Amino acid sequence: MITFSEKQLKIPKMTRPVYLVTGGMSKFGRAIPEKRTEELCIDALTEAAELIDHTPAQLKKYIHTCYYGHFADHFGDQLLGEAVIHDRLGLDPLGNIGIKTGGATGGSTLWEAYKTVASGYSDCTLAMGWERMDEVPTDEGNHLISCAADKDWETPLGHMYTGYYAVMAQKYWKVFGKEEASFRKAMAEIAVKNRGYGRMNPHAHGGKKITVEDVLNSPTVAHPLRALDCCLMSVGAACGILADEKTAYEMTDNPLKIDIGAGSHTLRVADRRKMEIPLLPNETKEQYADLGDRFPGGDRYPGFTGFLAARMASYYAYNMTGIHDPTEDLDLVELHDAFTISDIQTYEDIGIRPYGEGRTYVESGDCFRTNPHTGEPGKLPANLSGGLIGNMHAVGATGIMQVVEVAHHLWNRWGEMHGNEEKWKRFGRERPADWKDLQVKGAKRGLAISHAGVGSHVTCTILQHPDHILERRD
Amino acid sequence: MSCGKEHGKVRTEKGRYKLDGKFHHSEPNTPIFNENGKLMGVTNPRDMTYVHSYGGEAIFFESLGKGKIMASRCDNPNCESRGSVFMPFRIHCPDCLMKSTVMDITEKAKTTAKVHTFMITARTGAFNPLPKPVKFVNVEFDGVVTILMGYLAVGEPKMDMRVVPIFNTKSPTYTILDLFWVPEGTPEASLPEGYTFD
Repeated sequence: MITFSEKQLKIPKMTRPVYLVTGGMSKFGRAIPEKRTEELCIDALTEAAELIDHTPAQLKKYIHTCYYGHFADHFGDQLLGEAVIHDRLGLDPLGNIGIKTGGATGGSTLWEAYKTVASGYSDCTLAMGWERMDEVPTDEGNHLISCAADKDWETPLGHMYTGYYAVMAQKYWKVFGKEEASFRKAMAEIAVKNRGYGRMNPHAHGGKKITVEDVLNSPTVAHPLRALDCCLMSVGAACGILADEKTAYEMTDNPLKIDIGAGSHTLRVADRRKMEIPLLPNETKEQYADLGDRFPGGDRYPGFTGFLAARMASYYAYNMTGIHDPTEDLDLVELHDAFTISDIQTYEDIGIRPYGEGRTYVESGDCFRTNPHTGEPGKLPANLSGGLIGNMHAVGATGIMQVVEVAHHLWNRWGEMHGNEEKWKRFGRERPADWKDLQVKGAKRGLAISHAGVGSHVTCTILQHPDHILERRD
Repeated sequence: MSCGKEHGKVRTEKGRYKLDGKFHHSEPNTPIFNENGKLMGVTNPRDMTYVHSYGGEAIFFESLGKGKIMASRCDNPNCESRGSVFMPFRIHCPDCLMKSTVMDITEKAKTTAKVHTFMITARTGAFNPLPKPVKFVNVEFDGVVTILMGYLAVGEPKMDMRVVPIFNTKSPTYTILDLFWVPEGTPEASLPEGYTFD
C-alpha cells in the first residue's frame, strides 16, 4: 500500500482514558542461569506492586486480563510459554494472550493491554514481557534472530540480522551523512552516551565508560557497524499495569495517562516502494520539496533510510495526544537504539528532526541529559535507561522497560529506583562511585518507541502526567 | 548434514508429502553444573529437518537453476498498481491481491542491475554457508518498483556499481543462493564453482 485512504488515516479515539498505574523490571543480563523465566517475571511483578505499596497478591486482585510479550519461542524451545508464566504468576483463570511482533513485542503488548482497558472489556490489565536469549550460543542466537527476516529470500544470506541494518547504514551515511567522518562520529556518540547512562542503571548489563574512539576501533560486525554500535542480547522481564481512571486512582495517587499508536511496514526492506512522506503535525509538504536536491537519493522515501512504521505510529500517537512538536512538548524519550544508525533514522521518523537532519539531534547536544556544549539540561534527553545498547534488549521486555523507565521520571522516582544500594547488591552489581541521579527535573510527558525487524512493526507510547495533559488534535 | 548424518528426503504425490528416511536424530541431554557442583540445568540437543513449501514462488526458485530470473507484475486493469513489476517476486499484487503475472526479467537484470546499497560482514550467524566476508548487495533494476537483496560473489561492492547475475546451474540448491551477483565485465573464469552467466 503506497497511498492511504481517509479511513486508514483516522485518528484513533478511545472510549475512555487509560492510565499506567505502575511497572516493574527484573535484573537484565546476557545470561541469568540461576533463574527460570517465571522467576524473572515474578521479580518484575513484585517490583511493580512494591512501587505502589501493594503486595503482589493485592495487585493481582485488580488484574482482569493479561497480555504476554515473548518474541521467540525457538530461543527457549517452549511453545505456549505464556501459559507457563500465567500459571506461575497465579493468574488463572483470567483470559490471557501472547503477543509477538519481533523487537516491538513489548510495545505491542502494551498496545493490546491499553485497548482492552479503553474498550471497557477490562478495568485493569497486565502487560508482561520477557526474553530468554541465553539458551543457545550467540551464533545460533544470531541465526534465530535472522529467521525474523524472510527465510527464503534473506535469511540464507549470512544468517546475520545486523547485516540488514548495515545496508541501511551505508545508504543513510551516503545520502544524508554525505559520507562525512563527522556523521560516523555522531553515530559513535550515541553509543558512548547510552553505555554511559547504562552505568547508572542497576538493571542494566551494558553500562560502560567508553569513548568515540573506542566505538570506532571496536571490531567490525557488518561494515560500517561496529560491535559498540550494536544493541545487547539479553535475558530479563518487565511489566506494566494499566487501568481506567477510577481503578487507577484506587490503586495509586499518581497514575500516568497512557496512549499508544502503532504502524507497520514490509518485513523485507526490499519490498518498500517509493511514496510521498506522510507528514507529522510539525511538518509541511513544502519543506521536503527539495529534499532530493539537498540530499541526492533522499527523495526515494522511505527507501533504505526511513522507517514508515515509526512515522505512522507517531502520526497516530501525536494526533491522539495533541503533540505538535516532540522536542517542545516532551521532556524525555526512550528510543529503540538497536543500532546507532537506526536511532538516528528514528529521530526523523518521529519528527524530532526533519528528514535528513537527524544527526543534529546528537551534534546539538539536545539528546543528552546535560548538553555537553552548554552544560545546561539537554532539550530532549534520550535513552537515559541506557537503551538497548547500554541497558538491555530482552526483546519481549524491551518496549515495556522503556515505558517503565520514562514513567520513573514522570513520577520523579528515577533516583530512588536506580540509586538504591540494596538493589545493586541484590543484582550482584556494584554501584559506581560516580553514580549520578539522571532524573529529568519536572518531567511531565515522555515517549517510548518500540520497533521490530528493519521497521516491520513500531509502536509509539506517550505518557503524560495528569496535571499536564495536552488537548488531542482533530 | 554437517555431522555426516543421513537426513530424510521428501517428494509430493497426489498433493501429499511422501517422506523417506530419518527426519530427526536424537541425542542424550547432558547436565549443567556450576563451579560448586550444583545443578543449574540441562542441555537439550535437537536435530530436525523441516519440510517447507514454496507454493506460488516455486517458479522463481526453480528458474534460477536454469539461468532465469522470474519476477511478477500486476496486470489487473482496475488496480492502482497495474503494471508494477516486483522483484522479490510476489505471488499476489500487494494492493489488489489479484494473482500476479509471472515475467522473465533476466535480460533486464543483465542490462540494468546496479547496486542501491551494500554491506560487508565477517561475522555471520550459525548455519551460514557463504564464504566470509559476506557481501550483501541490494540490487535495483530499471522498471522494477522494489529492490532485491543478494550476494556479491566477486569484487568489492560500491553504490551505483553495475552488476550482472550469475546462476548455480551445475548443481542447483533451489534456494536464493542459486543467484549471485558479480560486477559487470567479470570474466567467466572468476566465477565461483558451479556458477554461470546463463
